[in-house]
Amino acid sequence: MLYKTISKDNFRKMIEGLMENNEVMGPKWRDRDKNGNKIYRFLKLNHVDELQMDYTRSYASPKNFFLPFREELATYDLDGTNWEQEIEYTVHPRVIVGMRACDINALRKLDEVMLKSVYPNPYYAARRRNTVIIGLDHEPLDDCFCHSMNADVALSGFDLFLTDIGDQYFVAINSDTGYMMVGQYGGEEVTEEDQTAYKRVKQEIESKFKTQVDVTIVPELMDLEFESEVWQKWGDKCLSCGSCAMVCPTCYCYGVTEDVDMSFSQATKCRQLYSCNLLDFAAVAGDHNFRPEPHIRLKYRYYHQFRGFVEAFNQSLCVGCNRCGVACPAGIHPKAVIEDLIRTEAR
Amino acid sequence: MTFKIPHHDINLEPFMSRPPDFNQKYERIQTERSFKSQIVAAIPLTEQEKLFHIRICDRAERENFSFLPGQFVMLEVPGCGEVAISISSSSSNQEFLELCIREVGRVTGMLHRLQEGAFVGIRGPFGTHFPMQEMVGANVLLIAGGLGIVPLRSPIFWVNEHRREYEDVTILYGTRDPSQILFDYQTDEWRRIYDLQMYTIVEHPDEQWNGPVGMITDLFAEVPIDPQNTFAVVCGPPVMFKFVCGHLSDLGLPRQRMFVSLERRMHCGMGKCCRCNVGSTFTCLDGPVFDYWTVMNLKEAI
Repeated sequence: MLYKTISKDNFRKMIEGLMENNEVMGPKWRDRDKNGNKIYRFLKLNHVDELQMDYTRSYASPKNFFLPFREELATYDLDGTNWEQEIEYTVHPRVIVGMRACDINALRKLDEVMLKSVYPNPYYAARRRNTVIIGLDHEPLDDCFCHSMNADVALSGFDLFLTDIGDQYFVAINSDTGYMMVGQYGGEEVTEEDQTAYKRVKQEIESKFKTQVDVTIVPELMDLEFESEVWQKWGDKCLSCGSCAMVCPTCYCYGVTEDVDMSFSQATKCRQLYSCNLLDFAAVAGDHNFRPEPHIRLKYRYYHQFRGFVEAFNQSLCVGCNRCGVACPAGIHPKAVIEDLIRTEAR
Repeated sequence: MTFKIPHHDINLEPFMSRPPDFNQKYERIQTERSFKSQIVAAIPLTEQEKLFHIRICDRAERENFSFLPGQFVMLEVPGCGEVAISISSSSSNQEFLELCIREVGRVTGMLHRLQEGAFVGIRGPFGTHFPMQEMVGANVLLIAGGLGIVPLRSPIFWVNEHRREYEDVTILYGTRDPSQILFDYQTDEWRRIYDLQMYTIVEHPDEQWNGPVGMITDLFAEVPIDPQNTFAVVCGPPVMFKFVCGHLSDLGLPRQRMFVSLERRMHCGMGKCCRCNVGSTFTCLDGPVFDYWTVMNLKEAI
């Protein structure tokens, strides 16, 4: 990895320069929650001042720039009983500024499934390939447990990654595009003081994690405690609304629907993100549902995150952002569920 | 001072002009490209099931399509939807696919209304297959309950076409009543030409029925099984797996020589939509054909 520094003034000029020719997305302040805390969302920037470099956490994850909530997979020209299928991949050059390390690591996990695994997904590839990612360090929030999930440091998956060291950003450069950007907007060589400041900030960040979850034995626990009453307890609270999956940076499951337009001359095949907590997730035709109860569906959400994905890719799917804990209307927090599971085992 | 980020249009890449080969799992292919196919025959088998002969229209796509017994395809009615259907034909049939489909949901309901000549879409093949090569030199025991005969028809064709490579081949087939028996027009051929032992049992006989009556496990009394040299292939409703595979385990048949074919909801066939998740994996990737040892280790697989 190459490193440079860039002054905050020059960084601002870089964003302005990028906005002239490209769509630039960044965290914007949209609303306040019931406790008065600001709610942020990744949206298109119309002016550089809209960019909130001191934002806490976006309510939903920026994964939807790669996996849109709804996406057209194919269209059909219908002609009587005949048809022709059209497929086109969306190529939309875009810059995302301010992604957190956990969200970048989430993207790397999605890369495993969507790019490096069987049947690489061309829709995802087209978006991923044409998106420039500028990451940004932050001090952990009270409920961040990305450190426990080994997702608090981004080592790849971005073009630039910024750490605030006072008047300037310390910049990790991970692509040629990123290198050219920093070069064009007055990036400077790293001095010894910069490096000392950077290490200090990194150590500070690491020391400030308040929430720790020991997930070492969780993959095994998922099997050992499969019948545990813990699942019934938390599942009874679950409203099967799917909010957790909607805000999750790594949930990728979906459903496909096909529709015909009013003139019967066009049809579309659409992919819509889904949630394994929704009632009909595993329902098949003929009135059979493989997962009829909320607690079974909730259990499988955790089973996939902490057991299935570990088996397939040697890492858990969860990055510890706790967005699901924040979004859940029933107060189901992943940390609480996992700790409950560990306690059950210890008893 | 502006900066235009470089972009790359994957629509211009060579894979866009090639028909996808779904057997090349790690290649970049148009994953949602359906092979346009024509229903060349729609044959009613029972009140609920029809056998469809489906021919991929484009010659290059048709010749490129190859599958192994046990695999499935995603069958699409554009504008209506897409469903996972196991292939019932011989893997040596290059001309058309045979898909036996029960009218049970929205897409299958539409399929049953389509006439011969209508165009549908095929993606695939997907999933694992029965290890026909591994079974060479052994006895083959095929056990089907109800619609379970549908995915077993392809391995039956395989065994017939390679009959000398296998020892005793036995089919145990159970249905609820005689009106639901599928492929009865073929069983004589299987018995008399290919020397397969075939036993059919029904739960509720009608007046004409003169065969055995009872559950599929009742047929075990009639069939000697050599656990040292037998492979079993089992397909049927979930409740059947436990009884049948349990019985075979008791006889000493190793669990890794018993194969089952599972059914789940599927929206992609490629391990992406997660709908067919079973235990720690997906039915479309590590299944639908699993050995029974694997099934025992997958939570709530059966």
